[in-house]
Amino acid sequence: MTATGTAGEADVCIVGSGPAGAILAASLAGRGHDVVVLEAGPRFAFESRTARMDRALRPEHDDLDVWDMGGPRDRYTSSGTYEYDLNRARVKGIGGTTLHWGGMTPRLHPEDFEMETRHGVGRDWPISYEDLEPYYLRAEEAMGVAGEPNRFSGPRSGPYPLASAESSYSDEIFEEACSSLGIELVPKPLAINTEPYDGRSQCVGYGTCSPVCPSGAKYDASVHIRKAEERGARVVTRAPVQRLEHDDSGERVVAAVHATPDGGTRRQRARQFVVACGAVESIRLLLLSTSPQYPDGLANSSGVLGEYFMEHAGVSLTGRVDEPTRQHLVGYGTSMCEQFYDHDSGPEGSFLIDFDNNAGPEPVDLALDQLSDSGRIIAGDVIAPFEGDRWGDALQERLSEEYGGYLRCNGWVEQPPRRENRVSLDRSKTDDHGNPVPDLTLSFDGPERAVLERVQHLFVKILEECEATDIRVTRSPDNPFVGSHHMGGIRMGRDPAESVVNADLRTHDLSNLFVSSSGVFPTCGAANPTLTIAALTLRLADHIHGRLSDG
Amino acid sequence: MEVTRRDALAALATLGVGSAVAGEVREPDGDLQDVIPTVAAVASVVYPSAVDVTDEYVRNYVAGRTQLQDNYERRVVDLCSVLDANARDRYGSAFRSLPIRRRETVLRRMGVGRAKSAPDGTFEQQFRYYVVNDLLYALYATPVGGRLLGVENPPGHPGGTEAYQRGAER
Repeated sequence: MTATGTAGEADVCIVGSGPAGAILAASLAGRGHDVVVLEAGPRFAFESRTARMDRALRPEHDDLDVWDMGGPRDRYTSSGTYEYDLNRARVKGIGGTTLHWGGMTPRLHPEDFEMETRHGVGRDWPISYEDLEPYYLRAEEAMGVAGEPNRFSGPRSGPYPLASAESSYSDEIFEEACSSLGIELVPKPLAINTEPYDGRSQCVGYGTCSPVCPSGAKYDASVHIRKAEERGARVVTRAPVQRLEHDDSGERVVAAVHATPDGGTRRQRARQFVVACGAVESIRLLLLSTSPQYPDGLANSSGVLGEYFMEHAGVSLTGRVDEPTRQHLVGYGTSMCEQFYDHDSGPEGSFLIDFDNNAGPEPVDLALDQLSDSGRIIAGDVIAPFEGDRWGDALQERLSEEYGGYLRCNGWVEQPPRRENRVSLDRSKTDDHGNPVPDLTLSFDGPERAVLERVQHLFVKILEECEATDIRVTRSPDNPFVGSHHMGGIRMGRDPAESVVNADLRTHDLSNLFVSSSGVFPTCGAANPTLTIAALTLRLADHIHGRLSDG
Repeated sequence: MEVTRRDALAALATLGVGSAVAGEVREPDGDLQDVIPTVAAVASVVYPSAVDVTDEYVRNYVAGRTQLQDNYERRVVDLCSVLDANARDRYGSAFRSLPIRRRETVLRRMGVGRAKSAPDGTFEQQFRYYVVNDLLYALYATPVGGRLLGVENPPGHPGGTEAYQRGAER
């Protein structure tokens, strides 16, 4: 590939506009630095969100259509025992995957940073909870987290910026049952406005937070891209970075080479480079950036780039009770349980419980049912062939029978890092620019498997205590759901022989190349990663600001 | 329960028709105006009997719907004219003039009853997508249909954050 244009040197070039790139860009641009953001995907008009919600609600459309994912640009392979549906777990465009995330923002626990010392699991983080705590607080302010402190999570140096969402009617049903089992529910921290915040609306109850919030009450990283641009940052869309180029010494990156929509390429020069395009694509970009000095990929002299990848696998159980449980009236869960996020009893494995407010089928989904008779029979609906037409009173009766009375709990578990879980390049398949695609090798048959079983048994107990009948395991330890949490593979650590970046998120190999991503997590805890990504990003912003200020 | 212009506007607001939020939808013109009674006649079949469909509701909904999807008007007009021709062949009268039972028979015999909805599929699949499922979506993604099921704020409708906190009305 021949570069056809070269842009002037920026202070900082950031690859990716999800929270890891956007928050960094806003922070650095706000301190007067010349920032360029390169984003592979487009900028989605805010006004298009209701139409995207329509695609999400109407079953005739594929979920991938909501944010225009899929196709040659997004090719990948999955070669582990778990068949990973990568494109349903990410969004490419301004705001990145936060456009379709659920907004849940727990912190990691202090013990998560010391799992090797405490339990011989993985590697310790090179920073502690105390190091990150001030940045957690700033991240909560930046994203507008609504929450309430609870006795199970780590110490806090300040309050949440917003009061937590009120608990739901079905939370009360769970709470009653759980209290007799000695299980404590706490409000779920969410980056969803419970009152107007930072120029954005409070939640108005569209109920479709994941995959799309039409009101903007749910935080997404387009918020910080807008701030970055207001502060002078330049944001280039449809600019997928093809490789990073280094100087003759192999000590500094000098340019990010990206494709342009007209089929050409352009070199973006900068003093500092930050790879922030999600763990999977960040790993791929570094692996694609080979040179004689770095034949196995940039910043990969350790050989561990891409390895120790982690995900949160989870189980989900439903039951039905003999009263309306008021599901599908709001898009998010309002209560969780951090009690089993517990390290004191040894490395049994932590998990988080989410008490759902969206159990059972959605009315619109049922009304516009797309399953054929055979599909419905397979799904357990044995009367399908004998049913009348799907409209009129018959349809309303069916909807009334199917809707209501459902309860669901979901629980996801910590996955200890294992070398064989990894992201690598599949050279047999290429994307729209001829680059090898990412290959995910992932299995959940390590210690996490026993924890998934434990969660399932606990959920049966909880639902039985709710006096639920028809208890079903909708996602089992054999077929778990995943959190779409891509962690590890670009491990942070002190030892350059077994990690990719140091405590400042700078690659061990190159002096001006940083990674801002959950890819740097050495261990993953059971907490959703986005708040930790934001906290690490704010810490990185301070570090890069210091370097630029020192000249 | 009668569905009104206001309900049509609520459905359109859910679909993201901006002017519906301000309570304004332009009047349908020409061919589209002509098929409004036919679409209303389809609604009388596919909506539960507890819902009284008015031409006003359908006219506002269909007119607003055209603002969201470029080919919607053409498709609906074409699909309704095929439906009408079929009704005339079978019963010698326009679909809209048939009693409800015969309307239902026409739709069923054309395969619409059990067709899998698809925007670019066969006639019956397209009819399901552009007319039947669109009407059902307008009903069940908004409070009118939601009320029938005890879901005052169904997904897609910005009905606030109170409903999920309280128990069902008894």
